[in-house]
Amino acid sequence: MPPALDVVPVRHVGRWIASGVLLIVVAMFVHTLFSSIPRNGNPHDSRFEWNVVGHYLFQWSIVHGAIVTLEITAISMAAGVLLGIVLAAMRLSANRQLRWASWSYLWFFRGTPVYVQLIFWSNLAWIYPRLSVGIPFGPSFWSVDTNSLITNLFLVAVVGLSLNEAAYMAEIVRAGIIAVDHGQSEAAQALGMRRVQTLVRIVLPQAMRVIVPPTGNETISMLKTTSLVGAALGGGGELYRAVQNIYDLNYLIPPLLIVGCLWYLAMTSVLSIGQFYIERYYGRGIGVGPAPLTLSQTIRRSLRRTQRPPMPGAPS
Amino acid sequence: MSEPMVKAENVHKSFGHLEVLKGVDVEVRAGEVACLLGPSGSGKSTFLRCINHLEKITAGRLSVDGELVGYEERRGRLHELTEHRVCAKRAEIGMVFQRFNLFPHLTVLDNVLIGPRTVKKDRSSATVDRARALLDRVGLAAKESAYPGQLSGGQQQRVAIARALCMEPKLMLFDEPTSALDPELVGEVLDVMRQLAADGMTMVVVTHEIGFAREVGDTAYFMDGGVILESGDPRQVLVQPTHPRLQDFLSKVL
Repeated sequence: MPPALDVVPVRHVGRWIASGVLLIVVAMFVHTLFSSIPRNGNPHDSRFEWNVVGHYLFQWSIVHGAIVTLEITAISMAAGVLLGIVLAAMRLSANRQLRWASWSYLWFFRGTPVYVQLIFWSNLAWIYPRLSVGIPFGPSFWSVDTNSLITNLFLVAVVGLSLNEAAYMAEIVRAGIIAVDHGQSEAAQALGMRRVQTLVRIVLPQAMRVIVPPTGNETISMLKTTSLVGAALGGGGELYRAVQNIYDLNYLIPPLLIVGCLWYLAMTSVLSIGQFYIERYYGRGIGVGPAPLTLSQTIRRSLRRTQRPPMPGAPS
Repeated sequence: MSEPMVKAENVHKSFGHLEVLKGVDVEVRAGEVACLLGPSGSGKSTFLRCINHLEKITAGRLSVDGELVGYEERRGRLHELTEHRVCAKRAEIGMVFQRFNLFPHLTVLDNVLIGPRTVKKDRSSATVDRARALLDRVGLAAKESAYPGQLSGGQQQRVAIARALCMEPKLMLFDEPTSALDPELVGEVLDVMRQLAADGMTMVVVTHEIGFAREVGDTAYFMDGGVILESGDPRQVLVQPTHPRLQDFLSKVL
């Protein structure tokens, strides 16, 4: 191979100007983060009151709130995904009644705010004092006092969020299913697979590639929507409610909101990492290129590169 | 003589107002290779898809191994078969598609095994051995853990044939198996099919490969406009055609 070309690169003046402006803006922001203002007779109080943030960040009531938020998110998403798959299958079914039922469900749950739905569920006893299983206009076999259910705010939160999420997941799953080439289900049918087998073994695993990214979005959105639970139901024990309980007493609202945001950011960051690995798994066999690098692979590779830069185009 | 493997009598098929098959008669005996030829849009693929009930016929009679396809006759009336029974019959018929339709999320070996595993609930090691033997037979034993996306078209089509064979079918349907392949990959797929025919498999092949039809086929059917215009021994029909439409067709493809 001839020696690599020795080239003087084009100078990008605009990049330097943009970098300079950004640097100034960032410096101004960082300054506000740590600058002090005299308040409550304490001249060294930071505007952001980082000492308050640090004091509450790992307090048990806050940590417990974060755990409850994660629990509500996990259970609601799992139930929402499962119900969403069923609704999507109904929507694509040859059975007109099932299609209609699925469409009506989506029409209602996508058409009303989740905040209102949550308040509605917490007032269910007003309409249905008792919930029972039985024959319409006939005897009932099992029944329960609605009030005993809806006083469990965790349950109301999970049910309300799951039912709402299922409507959105149904559309995401449906999009994934119709993105799979029709030849796939034809080949499965030709082997003698039944419709359900074709869906579960052939179509859904391929649809996952399309389903996972928006589902990651939904999970992150769900994690943040749990903050409505406290406001809508007046309890439930999730993170934002835990934050609110404290600042209702001491009025240190901004630092406590920062505590809450730090936790939400930490949790959504972990979810994004999880999404990367799930996408990597469902991308197997698709395309000829290798799977995207994991974080540890990227680090190992960049370390190797600093040791000995490979020639471009040289066989590795 | 026993019942023919495939028997079509005056089969019609319409999609809405469009009549694609206008009375097709075909008879394929066990062990025979029938080749369907004709221009695109002549209905040959549609007819093939009727044989395993991927399409429902609208009139006529179509039976495989003496049993009606997709229906059952009781007290003089046709009753639609349940999904369960349609699937059980499809499991006895292998099909190979123009665009291979391998399952891209499964390895080559899993593609071959998914039929027995899912449809027959067969997870025995004997079946895994059979799958490996089939891959060996189509010359791809070394590729069992590759994904379809890593194979050439010819290799994918050979895997698709192994996948169909692993269900131990009594009849194989080929829907233009070499039409999506680069010219130099056509031969390797035809070799596998030739071997299969020599082993006595009953085959219905929709193809544009006149040479293959002449060499391997026991019967050739020339279709155009939803009807069969000429049929018979391919060494006769495809060498000295009597119908002017077939003469015209052959002069263009050869």
